Amino acid sequence: MAGIAIENVRKSFGSMTALKELSLNVEDGEFVALLGPSGCGKTTLLRIVAGLETRTSGRILVGGRDVSDLPPRERKLAMVFQNYAVFPHMTVYENIAFGLRMAKADRTKVERQVQRAAGLMHIEHLLGRHPGQLSGGQRQRVAVARALAVEPSVLLMDEPLSNLDALLRMEMRAELKAVLREAGTTTLYVTHDQTEAMGLADRIAVMHGGRIEQLAPPMAVYRTPATVFVGSFVGAPPMNFLRCQAADGAVAIGALKLACPRNSGEIVMGVRAEDLLPATAGTGLPFEVRVVEPLGSHALLTGTAHRQQIRVVYAGERDVSAGETLHLAPIAGRICWMDAADGRAIEGTT
Amino acid sequence: MQARPAYLPYLLLAPSVLFLAALFLYPLAETILLSVRTAEGFSFDNYRRMAGDLNFASALGNTFLLVGVVVPLQIALALGLAQMLTKITRGREIVLWVWTIPMGVSDLAAGLVWLALLTDRGYVNSALFALGLIDGPTGWLSYETPVTLFVAIVLAEVWRATAIVLVILVAGFGLIPKEYGEAAEIFGATPWQRFTRVTLPLLKPSLQTALILRTVLAFEVFAVVFALGGRNFPVLVSEAYVWQFENQSYAVAAAYAVVVMAISLAATAIYLRVLRVKPEARL
Ligand SMILES: Nc1ncnc2c1ncn2[C@@H]1O[C@H](COP(=O)(O)OP(=O)(O)O)[C@@H](O)[C@H]1O
Ligand SMILES: [Mg+2]
Repeated sequence: MAGIAIENVRKSFGSMTALKELSLNVEDGEFVALLGPSGCGKTTLLRIVAGLETRTSGRILVGGRDVSDLPPRERKLAMVFQNYAVFPHMTVYENIAFGLRMAKADRTKVERQVQRAAGLMHIEHLLGRHPGQLSGGQRQRVAVARALAVEPSVLLMDEPLSNLDALLRMEMRAELKAVLREAGTTTLYVTHDQTEAMGLADRIAVMHGGRIEQLAPPMAVYRTPATVFVGSFVGAPPMNFLRCQAADGAVAIGALKLACPRNSGEIVMGVRAEDLLPATAGTGLPFEVRVVEPLGSHALLTGTAHRQQIRVVYAGERDVSAGETLHLAPIAGRICWMDAADGRAIEGTT
Repeated sequence: MQARPAYLPYLLLAPSVLFLAALFLYPLAETILLSVRTAEGFSFDNYRRMAGDLNFASALGNTFLLVGVVVPLQIALALGLAQMLTKITRGREIVLWVWTIPMGVSDLAAGLVWLALLTDRGYVNSALFALGLIDGPTGWLSYETPVTLFVAIVLAEVWRATAIVLVILVAGFGLIPKEYGEAAEIFGATPWQRFTRVTLPLLKPSLQTALILRTVLAFEVFAVVFALGGRNFPVLVSEAYVWQFENQSYAVAAAYAVVVMAISLAATAIYLRVLRVKPEARL
């Protein structure tokens, strides 16, 4: 039984604040992804949980035990490093066996768990080699296998799939998810790739500038972003945000009239590209198409509406060409209203 | 861009090669020749004379004893100091700089400094006398006190020549990315296990350089030993010196020189073999 509790953790490097008073609970057996752009503090947070970095203030609890001041080896967790950190002087086998050897596991247990971890990562054929003879992707899998081999109850991973090619990454993602779910491993997983976070996590913590902007299940983050930042960071293409003028509790853009939670003043309307459907001419939101990108199952249209750039996923029958004007209507209930001043979702609108 | 002729690097290296050949290989060949030439032609008579001398066995034994004590001591000390240096960030350069001061002192000067400290009426004697720990001037460097003489020589050598090992090892530590130590720590290694399982193996190349350099120089130890012990503590090079300048027997001195060189080469070969890092296991 080992959840992770991060309580009011702050971290500054000199005058630079990397983490601003941050709290996060990862339940026992849960998979939480820390998602955010490069430099937002994901690695720093993970290293603080691991005990490799000191915190400026706050507490870390693992399995209810305050580990804030314990050295890493006493925190009883495993970690996959962003730059692998597989030992160059040891064979792949010895690398994977390292944690077990430190725990003084007996020979048969070492053999069994190394083989199992290597099998999960498809690197059984590399066990006799040294990391220097492997590709980046293979090394990364060794690093993951080394962490899985100790059958940890808490696992920290820092972009563990970033160096795999697209196909392998998808395969590993599915496999990792299955393995960790089956083992009931509590996982904190750092990534800047939103598809990875969406696909793997039970909940996603979207980080921005040393803060958690939103902590919610993947679809909730996708459908109802807590801030404009979350909406534009999660999802490809990013969520469209249109600044509009509210009057009498509604906004009117072209022929489109929608009730909104502000009586007057500026308000931001957020809507996903696939939630804008073609409407009959003369109704809906006029959208001037500038670029058409056919993507097989649908086309991605980029253009302007209400003098602002938006993207639309178009799956209609008729071919659309640049220069055309379409009329769009949002799917009911899929609009997120955001405060124009602070970019936060307006409570009770979704 | 115009292709450079293939011989250009050789041309540019030629002066240094010639320089080395003139100032190193030639005298080396001369020395070897000198050691095997006798009035009647080529023979090992000079080596027989050298080995037959009363002092030869003790010089050989003393030299190995000194190397066997001093070099491991220096490596251990430098490893400890370098490890501590990696733990501090502020003032690191200053500490390193202070520790390397002895490197700038010539070995004869170092020997004389320690002589001034340890001689019958030296600072240490005066201090111990002032503290009432001894009754009067005590000799530590005579043939009657071989143990203290040996300890004094070891002390002086460690003081004088540990810095070079330290500098090499500090550079070596700097080449090891800190993630390896961190990974070891995460997976349960104690500080000692981290040191023996991760740091030391990754430090091998620097360790090899430091060991070769220190061992070769330690086999050539002379000035410090001569300053402190004179002929009370014969070593190979001091015997060569005695044969050269007191006995005026250049050929036997040359034989000593060749022996020292052979030992150094053997030591180097052993280190190269034992501490080699397989290409695939490199950092
Ligand atoms: N050791 C450090 N010293 C100073 N600044 C650091 C250090 N480590 C990280 N930072 C800074 O903290 C911020 C967060 O870094 P990091 O956690 O690595 O981001 P991420 O993993 O999300 O890309 C960055 O601005 C980075 O420059
Ligand atoms: Mg990072």
